[in-house]
Amino acid sequence: MAALGIAMGGGNWFSALALGVTLLKCLLIPTYHSTDFEVHRNWLAITHSLPVSQWYYEATSEWTLDYPPFFAWFEYALSHVAKYFDQEMLNVRNLNYSSSRTLLFQRFSVIFTDALFVYAVHECCKCIDGKKAGKELTEKPKFILSVLLLWNFGLLIVDHIHFQYNGFLFGLMLLSIARLFQKRHMEGAFLFAVLLHFKHIYLYVAPAYGVYLLRSYCFTANKPDGSIRWNSFSFVRVISLGLIVFLVSALSLGPFLALNQLPQVLSRLFPFKRGLCHAYWAPNFWALYNALDKVLSIIGLELKLLDPNKIPKASMTSGLVQQFQHTVLPSVTPLATLICTLIAILKRKTSF
Amino acid sequence: MLNPLSHPGAGKPPMFGDYEAQRHWQEITFNLPIKQWYFNSSDNNLQYWGLDYPPLTAYHSLLCAYVAKFINPDWIALHTSRGYESQAHKLFMRTTVLIADLLIYIPAVVLYCCCLKEISTKKKVANALCILLYPGLILIDYGHFHLGFALWGVLGVSCDWDLLGSLAFCLAINYKQMELYHSLPFFCFLLGKCFKKGLKGKGFVLLIKLACTVVASFILCWLPFCTEREQTLQVLRRLFPVDRGLFEDKVANIWCSFSIFLKIKEILPHHFQIIISFCFTFLSLLPACVKLTLQPSSKGFRFTLVSCALSFFLFSFQVHEKSILLVSLPVCLVLSEIPFMSTWFLLVSTFSMLPLLLKDELLMPLVVTTIAFFIACATSFSIFEKTSEEELQLKSFSLSVRKYLPCFTFLSRIIQYLFLISVITMVLLTLITVTLDPPQKLPDLFSVLVCFVSCLHFLFFLVYFNIIIMWDSKSGRNQKKIN
Repeated sequence: MAALGIAMGGGNWFSALALGVTLLKCLLIPTYHSTDFEVHRNWLAITHSLPVSQWYYEATSEWTLDYPPFFAWFEYALSHVAKYFDQEMLNVRNLNYSSSRTLLFQRFSVIFTDALFVYAVHECCKCIDGKKAGKELTEKPKFILSVLLLWNFGLLIVDHIHFQYNGFLFGLMLLSIARLFQKRHMEGAFLFAVLLHFKHIYLYVAPAYGVYLLRSYCFTANKPDGSIRWNSFSFVRVISLGLIVFLVSALSLGPFLALNQLPQVLSRLFPFKRGLCHAYWAPNFWALYNALDKVLSIIGLELKLLDPNKIPKASMTSGLVQQFQHTVLPSVTPLATLICTLIAILKRKTSF
Repeated sequence: MLNPLSHPGAGKPPMFGDYEAQRHWQEITFNLPIKQWYFNSSDNNLQYWGLDYPPLTAYHSLLCAYVAKFINPDWIALHTSRGYESQAHKLFMRTTVLIADLLIYIPAVVLYCCCLKEISTKKKVANALCILLYPGLILIDYGHFHLGFALWGVLGVSCDWDLLGSLAFCLAINYKQMELYHSLPFFCFLLGKCFKKGLKGKGFVLLIKLACTVVASFILCWLPFCTEREQTLQVLRRLFPVDRGLFEDKVANIWCSFSIFLKIKEILPHHFQIIISFCFTFLSLLPACVKLTLQPSSKGFRFTLVSCALSFFLFSFQVHEKSILLVSLPVCLVLSEIPFMSTWFLLVSTFSMLPLLLKDELLMPLVVTTIAFFIACATSFSIFEKTSEEELQLKSFSLSVRKYLPCFTFLSRIIQYLFLISVITMVLLTLITVTLDPPQKLPDLFSVLVCFVSCLHFLFFLVYFNIIIMWDSKSGRNQKKIN
């Protein structure tokens, strides 16, 4: 009884936060879920019922596999647990199948894989020096960070209501960042490479990783004033980093290279046919660009500067995923967006 | 606090019975004149969720009906809105409950915890959190108005604002007649206060003032029904359906458990059942009430609230499973004084409602809120370290027993073991009820087992609370002050 008491009242606030948010996630199980629920069920079905050679070709459902191979293997592993919950969900033809057991399994899989996220937050907290803070628990940086990360409501809504697996992916990213802070650069690089092959959207932060590793790991020493000592460049380190990335990529894309499916996989991963903006606009520059184009076209029509017959009928706000031509302003190609992104990144890097 | 999340989004199905009843009352009170609310007529079929709570509930339904009319008259259209169910309506109903909670119940809890003496601010907040996390009140999520008012009543009377406290309590009784479970302790405590102040002077003045407050509040609430004798009688008939029988369905009380062995409902004549239930109830609560009248104290008052309500629950007529909430509320109030036993009781009370909650598919919220509540209590009060005799308030009792039995030193150990056995039994029974099917010859086996086990627990708690009340002597308190 006393031992239980000590375990309970030990003041371990981190466990309390983690357990509390897990209980909250359990309460969210019967809430609304979006089409992403069906997306993941479909991927469970594809990876379970079909051979590897068909994974990136299967198109019975509109939600085709468009994440890198590691995620596909992850779904494959999950499907082996899923079969004990409801065998029917693993049938590719069962579109929009969502029995109560399917729902339970999917929700629990997200909650369970969030364990990696919890571990990663724990590791990040270890990297923070909280000695300067006050004695009150709520003033400690570690506590504040844990609350902001573990109880992040945006993540709760997207992962546990809308339904996605961002929790454990962010866990991987936070873990790799924590490892970089702990000067375990190789592990950090390895974890990030693995992450890229889980969800390639993390390419957004790849340049930052690349530059950081180059500067902090490959240049082994600094001049007294903190700037780069150019002759301390370590080829061994660069090569070892490159080897890690190469090996991870080989593990991931290797099988598909052997099957000669690499172009198909890449076309699934980077679907440029989808258009400049997603069905639901992200609040970025191109949304403003589209809005401006729309406003200008309306003004043009009102002032009779534009011919109504020449304006394309499809509207960008109709929620469809497709390629689209701009009316007034010049159309934007994928190459143009890449150049703009690179210029923006480089500008930031040079101002360092 | 979990209420906003477990409202519309969480997809808990409406408890069709009570949900439809509340909607129906809005329909009746809005469309019919007051004189017809409690009478059977072609427009008002009393068999279909007829109004069986006191007038204040009716007025509250009327108020909600006006709001409903403003939003969507279809919800309360006479006759045609029966069984009405839509997302918007669910949202509306849950919002009315939430507002009632926010305005009355939650402030009462917060203010009560602020007024607790001799504990730090952190503990006060933890106390408030634990009370608000009590699973029973979260899962049975409507009609807390009466508990809120009762709590204001307790607060008023404990802080010596007697008139306001008794007014609040009268409002509570006029909201739901089950609050009468709490009425005797209020009466005895206030009477005791009057005696203490001296019946020839200030005490008498206080008594008169209280009497006037009570009478005035009752008249105010019952005004439309006081005009004719028949009206008043009909309302009383609806409030106290004595022809219904000793108990209905499965409830964790003595009569239901006893009927496992002996079918008293069928053996004894009807009026005899009423008489023995009356006798047992009053015999079991008499000692505590007498003590409270003779030695009125705030602490004694709260413990007597618990034991009286528990006596009523165990022995009274036509008790519903949800009536355990009337016992749980006073137990929440003594959470800071005997955390271990209170937490244990609150867990058992939630468990006793298991069949009801399973019927409404609330298993997952039940498990989650119970775990959250248990952890909150265990960490806030360090309950497992507070199981000594002193902490359990059983010191004086043990000392008395040790005069006759010198070897009686193992009380706290016994209680710890009992707790362990109790929790294991409850978890096992929950698992069995959820996973297995009952045998065909005994379809209600699991509900009956749950009720029986809960009843045994409640009897144990009844004895325990009565012991605390009876052995809580002035000398004991003086010794504490000296120490």
